[in-house]
Amino acid sequence: MQREVMFAGFGGQGILLIGNILAHAAMEQGFEVAWVPSYGPEMRGGTAYCLVAISDRPIGSPIIRNPMHLVAMNRPSLEKFAPMVKPNGVVVINSSLISIGAERDDVDELRVPANDIAKDLGSTKVANIVALSAFVARSNIVDFEVLRKCVQEQFASREKLIPINMAALDAGEKAARLK
Amino acid sequence: MGKILMKGNEAIGEAAIRAGCLNYFAYPITPQSEVAEYLSRRMPEVGGVFLQGESEVAVGYMLFGAAGCGARVLTTSSSPGISLMSEAISYISSAELPVVFVNIVRGGPGLGGILPSQADYFQATKGGGHGDYRLLVLAPSGVQEAVDMVMMAFPLAEKYRNPVMILGDGLIGQMMEPVEFSDHLKSEPSNKDDWATNGMDTRNRKERNLVKSLFLDAELLEEHNLVLKAKYDRMKQEEVRYEPYNLETDYRALVVSYGTMSRVCKTAIDNMKAEGIEVAMIRPQTLFPFPIDPIRAAAAKDGCQAAISIELSMGQMVEDVERSVQGKCPVHWHGKAGGEIPTPEEVVDVIKSLIK
Repeated sequence: MQREVMFAGFGGQGILLIGNILAHAAMEQGFEVAWVPSYGPEMRGGTAYCLVAISDRPIGSPIIRNPMHLVAMNRPSLEKFAPMVKPNGVVVINSSLISIGAERDDVDELRVPANDIAKDLGSTKVANIVALSAFVARSNIVDFEVLRKCVQEQFASREKLIPINMAALDAGEKAARLK
Repeated sequence: MGKILMKGNEAIGEAAIRAGCLNYFAYPITPQSEVAEYLSRRMPEVGGVFLQGESEVAVGYMLFGAAGCGARVLTTSSSPGISLMSEAISYISSAELPVVFVNIVRGGPGLGGILPSQADYFQATKGGGHGDYRLLVLAPSGVQEAVDMVMMAFPLAEKYRNPVMILGDGLIGQMMEPVEFSDHLKSEPSNKDDWATNGMDTRNRKERNLVKSLFLDAELLEEHNLVLKAKYDRMKQEEVRYEPYNLETDYRALVVSYGTMSRVCKTAIDNMKAEGIEVAMIRPQTLFPFPIDPIRAAAAKDGCQAAISIELSMGQMVEDVERSVQGKCPVHWHGKAGGEIPTPEEVVDVIKSLIK
């Protein structure tokens, strides 16, 4: 089975990075993966999104009209992509920046105040990891421990960033389990 | 070494190093600039050279010169950049030098856009530069295959003493997929003593090697053209590569598609299979030489109602599909351009509209 996750937000939120980490974790777990970024004429502060396809078979089309899941980090992303998510998909909404909902009754909507949680941890920069963690905890798309290992590896060359990112992972997981 | 997650452009750069290429000349252009970014860091680590030319025209002649000296040499560019190199490609072809070109195609004509496209099919397979020459053209459909084709391209270029072009597209360059590089990479020894101007003492021979493309005498030029033709004919005999997909079924239509587009077609074919409709595909991995005979045989099969060339252009490969099918069944074209990529759903609709 193939599952796809759309990560979307604005440039600088670390959207491409969390897509990369999820793809890495899925690969470590033995899945076929493809990570497809948006690479139009982008600018800082503009929209940024990437699609991660995860499958137990070779991935055919990496171009997908209707992703299974969505992680929306800002409002324009939610408005743009929420209508496209397949029924029963998980929609993570960064409620710190998005006041509206997905307006769908057939998806699993998870509101996570990712920026607020990250701020409490010491840096809003880890809001992306909070959202990724909440998404994985809710969807079980990859094993959470594999994700943990991949986040650690991601920051291996900047060791001082590891503790706050680990804390972000824990906080994201907790936020997902609360609901 | 296990699988690693890598962007197509970076994987192409790493593959070149592992194929024993230590000379890379290029000029940045989206969507392939990551190759230059990657190799500008990696080449010095392995004692190689990355030189950014002042333009693609200059890069073309840097390649010509380095290849003439016997160096294994690579460039990567995207559509408008390849146009600028086309004069040198013609000269290099005439001089019979091995150079590997990678074109991460973007939409055109003109400056066009930066999104994936297959609109350089004609340029790659039918010329681009002037004169009677052919490039051996390889078309990967994913990151791993791009790596494998880069590894394959250098020995092929040397075997034929001919430029090889890898025709990718923006998606293959930008996408990340798991790739594996083989552990012990021994690059194949070069046959450069046969042609390089690397010094008569070096190769211990009595005859000079001469690199040239000027033949003012009509008889001598035709002789040269015949030598080149014999080479291209040999490629047609020995180098045709393609992937058959669902060809063992009682299919009702035959799709011909390559690169990124062929992946979408595979998904469409799988989806139709689930509905009980069999459709087959031939995915050319070499665009020149084109898999003419396999396509003709597949189109001639009983029950095959249509052959459909599906491509990210306004109808280029379809001309080769037509001359392959030779009237065995009707030939159709479907495509998009400008960076738009048909979805599997769209491909399914197109195929269904053409079969009973």
